[in-house]
Amino acid sequence: MEQDKIQNLREIAFNVREHIIRMSGDGGCFIGASLSCADLMVYLYKQFLNVHPGNLNDPNRDYLFLSKGHDVPALYGTFAELGFIEKDRLKNHLKTNDFIYWHPNMNIPGIEFYSGSLGHSLSVAIGVAIDCKIKNQNNKVVVILGDGELNEGSIWEGALVAAAKKLDNIVAVVDRNKFQANIETEKLIPLNSITDKFEAFGWKTSSADGHDFESLERAFADLPYEQGKPSLIVADTVRGKGLPSIEAQAHRWFVNFSKEEVAELLIELRGGKKTDLTSEEIIAR
Amino acid sequence: MTYEDILRELVEHDNRFMVLTAENRAAIRNLPDQIGDRFIDTGITEQTLVGVAAGLALRGRIPVAHALATFLTMRAFEFIRTDVGISGLPVKLVGGFSGFLSEANGPTHQAIEDVSIMRGIPNINVFCPADEEDMLIGLRKVLLSPDPFYIRYNNVKPAIRHSKDFEIGKAEVIAEGTDITLLVYGLMFTEAISAREILEMSGYSTGLVNMRTVKPIDEEVILRAAESSELVVTIEDHFLTGGLYSIVCETIVRNNHKAEVLPIALQDTWFKPALLKDVLEYEGFTGKAIAEKVIGRMKQHDYRK
Repeated sequence: MEQDKIQNLREIAFNVREHIIRMSGDGGCFIGASLSCADLMVYLYKQFLNVHPGNLNDPNRDYLFLSKGHDVPALYGTFAELGFIEKDRLKNHLKTNDFIYWHPNMNIPGIEFYSGSLGHSLSVAIGVAIDCKIKNQNNKVVVILGDGELNEGSIWEGALVAAAKKLDNIVAVVDRNKFQANIETEKLIPLNSITDKFEAFGWKTSSADGHDFESLERAFADLPYEQGKPSLIVADTVRGKGLPSIEAQAHRWFVNFSKEEVAELLIELRGGKKTDLTSEEIIAR
Repeated sequence: MTYEDILRELVEHDNRFMVLTAENRAAIRNLPDQIGDRFIDTGITEQTLVGVAAGLALRGRIPVAHALATFLTMRAFEFIRTDVGISGLPVKLVGGFSGFLSEANGPTHQAIEDVSIMRGIPNINVFCPADEEDMLIGLRKVLLSPDPFYIRYNNVKPAIRHSKDFEIGKAEVIAEGTDITLLVYGLMFTEAISAREILEMSGYSTGLVNMRTVKPIDEEVILRAAESSELVVTIEDHFLTGGLYSIVCETIVRNNHKAEVLPIALQDTWFKPALLKDVLEYEGFTGKAIAEKVIGRMKQHDYRK
């Protein structure tokens, strides 16, 4: 991948992180999971998926289902940066005059389906993928799963069915941030090798660094990995990525920060330089 | 025409229709060979079945998804509520072996709260045909409706010829009565007919209504029954809670009417597993047993003019 392209993706991802941090105050959001998949969202929407504000009703577009819906601030931020929604709309976060709340809903252009209840979107994606196959369309159907979400039995139902139906147009991506709500995944219900498990279910898998655009590009370059098999990519990530004070902290799941804390986190993201600006000014910038 | 014939015809003439099952093929055994890739069997996966149906509906399809009523409405309840209810996508859920039709399977297989829980989900409508003929009369309109539906599949042989005039939300009035009105849906319709015969022979003017769709419900018919007859009887192979008895009482109270309502329903426990005829006998749901209960109530209150 060319350096200027990487630089561009990094800039967008930085802006998305700023949006996420702003959403972590005044009611709050699931900041850790949102930050862990921010780079992935930016990569997918900017680089990989054939979906943009102009083709949201085109049946030939690619689909993305955010199964681990609580990280939707990453999606809102990406959509604001890429023109799916007005940036100003993010100020409506949690307000009754809009639909920008804690889980994905179809009132936001670009969001394909309601989600947030874990373990649903893989089966919905299978329905979409089957229909694309019947119609001989080549679009991709991407599903973002959380590693904690893999506790849900319906994921494994879906894994069996997607393989049985030979849905090689499905690409599941696991945001492997190694945490579920309150605890590390490996301390509660150890997943060990996610790729081994899905391979045993008939999928073809690979791994990538979920914060490295070149690594993501390599993983997404040759899909499907095998004709007739669904693909799975384990994106190795850090919960809270970009904010060392939050990274991999078990209690940084859902947060509701004060204005001052939000300002401090923005400064932290921007490199920690001291400033005379007020919290309001820092947040508004 | 059979149930399968109607589905096949819809699939052939309307590109939107797909037939799905979670490996329950009792009602659709011939379709896999006839409709090719428009048939999907997801295996024993009720949750995935419903999610897949929602995904197909997102793409403009009308999926008709089959499973045992118990597992469809309860194992996959939250999928129905979340993926079909919230979105309002036109997914048609067909529950087999509901109510007493599970016969000797035992309580694990008894869907006798299905009507209650399905009607409790916003956007989801409920069709409970009286028998096979009634089901086939209503099937096209229900499947072509833009709304999600739960269908209590019922292939028992019809006891009478039904009106071909089917509208969603409209009951089929078989007879009007000034003493008693029997309100019934589904399988119990056949027993209600014989209950009515006995009641008429005993000198009670007895009305009989086949509700057809339980949601939307025909409120007008319920209020007319409350006004014109002295006793309203609800009959259902379903728990007392949340079914027709609840609907009728809610409707009457909401409209500031008054009526004496006698429920014939399963109380707070599962029914004795056995063949249908014996279940009806044992649980007191035969036409004769129903008539006796109704007459008992009529005498108790000395309703006779």
